[in-house]
Amino acid sequence: MVCHDTTGTYKKFPAGCGHPAYEEKKMGKKVFIPVDLRNVARHVGRTSRKTCGTCHFYGGGGDGVKHGDLDSSLLTADKNLDVHMDAGGLNFGCTRCHTTMAHRIAGRFYSSPSTDRYRLALPDDDGSRIACESCHSRRPHRTNRKLNDHTDRIACETCHIPALARVNPTKMWWDWSKAGRFDENGRMIVKKDDKGRIIYHTKKGEMRWATNVMPEYEWFNGVITHVLLSDRIDDSRPVRLTQIHGSCSDPASRIYPFKKFRGKQPYDPVNKTMVVPRLFGKKGTGAYWAEFDWLKSVKAGMDAAGAPFSGKVGFVETEYLRPVAHMVAPGKDALSCDECHVEKGRLEKLRGFYMPGRDRNRVLDTTGWAVVGIALMGILIHGLMRIITRSEGRRRK
Amino acid sequence: MKEKIYLYTGFERFWHWTQAMLITGLLVTGFEIHGTVDLMDFGTAVKYHEMLAWGLTGLTVFAIFWHFTTGEWKQYRPTLEKMGDMVCYYTGGLFRGAPPPVKKTPEKKLNPLQRITYFILKVLLFPFQLLSGFLYMYYNSLPAWGIDISLETLGLLHTAGAFAFLAFMVVHVYLSTTGETVTSHLRAMITGWESVETGRQ
Ligand code: HEC
Ligand code: HEC
Ligand code: HEC
Ligand code: HEC
Ligand code: HEC
Repeated sequence: MVCHDTTGTYKKFPAGCGHPAYEEKKMGKKVFIPVDLRNVARHVGRTSRKTCGTCHFYGGGGDGVKHGDLDSSLLTADKNLDVHMDAGGLNFGCTRCHTTMAHRIAGRFYSSPSTDRYRLALPDDDGSRIACESCHSRRPHRTNRKLNDHTDRIACETCHIPALARVNPTKMWWDWSKAGRFDENGRMIVKKDDKGRIIYHTKKGEMRWATNVMPEYEWFNGVITHVLLSDRIDDSRPVRLTQIHGSCSDPASRIYPFKKFRGKQPYDPVNKTMVVPRLFGKKGTGAYWAEFDWLKSVKAGMDAAGAPFSGKVGFVETEYLRPVAHMVAPGKDALSCDECHVEKGRLEKLRGFYMPGRDRNRVLDTTGWAVVGIALMGILIHGLMRIITRSEGRRRK
Repeated sequence: MKEKIYLYTGFERFWHWTQAMLITGLLVTGFEIHGTVDLMDFGTAVKYHEMLAWGLTGLTVFAIFWHFTTGEWKQYRPTLEKMGDMVCYYTGGLFRGAPPPVKKTPEKKLNPLQRITYFILKVLLFPFQLLSGFLYMYYNSLPAWGIDISLETLGLLHTAGAFAFLAFMVVHVYLSTTGETVTSHLRAMITGWESVETGRQ
């Protein structure tokens, strides 16, 4: 329904496990009136950016929280924001790229290898993945042959999405350890920035937002694994909750852009595992949003998940890398050569391969300049001797 | 006694100066790509480097053709004859104002030191640099051609070649001032005519 509703009245009840309100319900101060399902059913239509965006733009609890490349600014995107979803131009809906076969939406990251071997991602020929290459081919550049030489090692998105969240901000930092503070009257604190984004909430902690975020770059072969409750973590440094697989020595890997979402999360410092806290519920259930006690909340959550818990809660810094594929900028805004082929460029952190302009062999360079230097010294001395001997010769005459 | 002789034909002068410009351009854009100098952006440097490389290749093909049809290639045959005299001249006689031990004639334009240098330049350095350069340019097609060489190795070899060219040019430009007067070699390369000593004192 939510995908096919064209009336815009179909709303899910937040705590309804996916169901809308069938009778009038209250959630805090918000009233949810029952959806006229008959009317919605009579007005089903094709999906659109709006219907898919109902969920995907607001993932993580708000506009642009989870993704830096999928937010409500795409509803009215111009060409500079997204060449494909440009409302005044190509005006693609999500399903122009995420083609569907019997409701199986194309495009999965989690377990498929990258599409290196295929020029066209035909349905089911590689799971069902979509890629820029499906429409543009591997050699889309007509004017600059060198760019086509890059597509085997660099994903299109890397050059064509120069920055994330170019219109609406995206959440970059979420510190749960700061949650649970109240003002002097014992009321919850909600602080907003000048754009109306929440930067502190008693229930959720501290957050930071940013626009025009430069993505992180990693070698990626299409496989992402996640830290599970059963995995031991190393709490001496930030925990990478998503592990991006791939390396430059793997020919199936390419350099992809990612949004790096950082934050602080509760964990079990004795068992060294991540934990699932219980957030939602009534007083007495351990729910954090009712009792504001992490110990009770984690205990309730871990019990429900059937996972071991030591009884201690700490906070650990975490990173979550998420691949980026939307907000493709026009060709003129694509990365210029100098963004990579320099020292301290965008790919500075990625090593193990030779990139002209950034990498060089110190021994060779030193030797080379030494040889040139010796040649210069040689001619300088020779020249000086010529000048001296000539003036001496003249004097003798 | 002095005499003016016509040493360099029109083609040779054209070849020399075009080559000089191309190689200078390749050095500048090459060291830009390498990250040593910063005069233009990387993309522009790559574009011009490729254009200049094609220019130099075309010119070289032309020059090879010319040398073989005219038989002028024989000028570069290395010889040991008077090699020692030339070394003595550059390290001694030159300072005293002695005449060069080898007389330039249109049939023998190059002294033994020049011969060996240009021979190495043409038979080793040029092919080396053109080959490593073209492998670099077509790096993406190498696997399809069954060539297994890393970009790093190619970059290293091509940079080493560039240093050799640069060192050569430094010395070459300097030695052009060791003629009858400081500019007489240079003038000969422009006009074709060089004044040389006739007979030995
Ligand atoms: C121009 C083509 C295109 C359009 C239009 C498009 N997408 Fe995508 N999307 C992609 C590509 C390519 C990927 C990467 C898929 C892969 O590599 O498997 C992707 C990935 C995704 C992902 C997975 C991202 C993640 O972080 O795991 C989601 C969700 C998604 N798209 C939703 C949408 C929604 C919603 C819309 C419409 C507002 C949309 N897409 C429009 C091309 C497109
Ligand atoms: C009711 C909310 C909702 C709507 C509406 C919705 N999606 Fe999703 N979508 C989800 C959720 C939740 C997931 C994550 C599933 C998972 O992790 O396995 C998802 C996953 C995806 C993925 C795969 C992401 C990945 O990382 O592999 C794509 C692509 C996608 N959706 C596209 C669409 C498109 C296109 C539409 C509109 C036709 C759409 N979705 C509508 C909730 C929704
Ligand atoms: C469903 C097919 C489809 C997919 C998938 C697709 N594109 Fe496009 N793309 C198009 C079409 C159609 C155009 C418009 C071509 C034109 O105007 O000539 C276009 C235009 C572009 C342009 C040129 C914009 C300009 O400057 O005019 C860029 C850059 C681009 N796409 C990049 C991408 C990237 C990167 C991806 C992957 C994230 C991608 N495309 C995925 C169909 C697609
Ligand atoms: C190394 C960076 C880089 C990579 C990788 C890259 N592009 Fe581009 N692309 C550019 C630049 C820069 C331009 C602008 C070219 C220009 O103005 O001449 C461009 C232009 C385009 C255009 C506009 C048409 C044109 O010829 O100007 C399309 C379409 C496009 N790219 C699609 C893609 C797709 C699809 C991929 C992946 C297969 C891709 N690009 C990979 C840098 C890149
Ligand atoms: C996203 C970063 C990025 C951008 C932008 C980029 N390059 Fe590269 N380039 C690389 C990487 C990485 C390699 C090494 C690839 C390999 O090992 O195959 C490379 C290799 C090269 C090479 C040597 C290998 C070959 O295929 O010839 C050249 C030349 C080159 N780039 C030129 C350019 C030019 C010209 C531009 C701008 C039009 C450009 N690059 C833009 C990342 C980039």
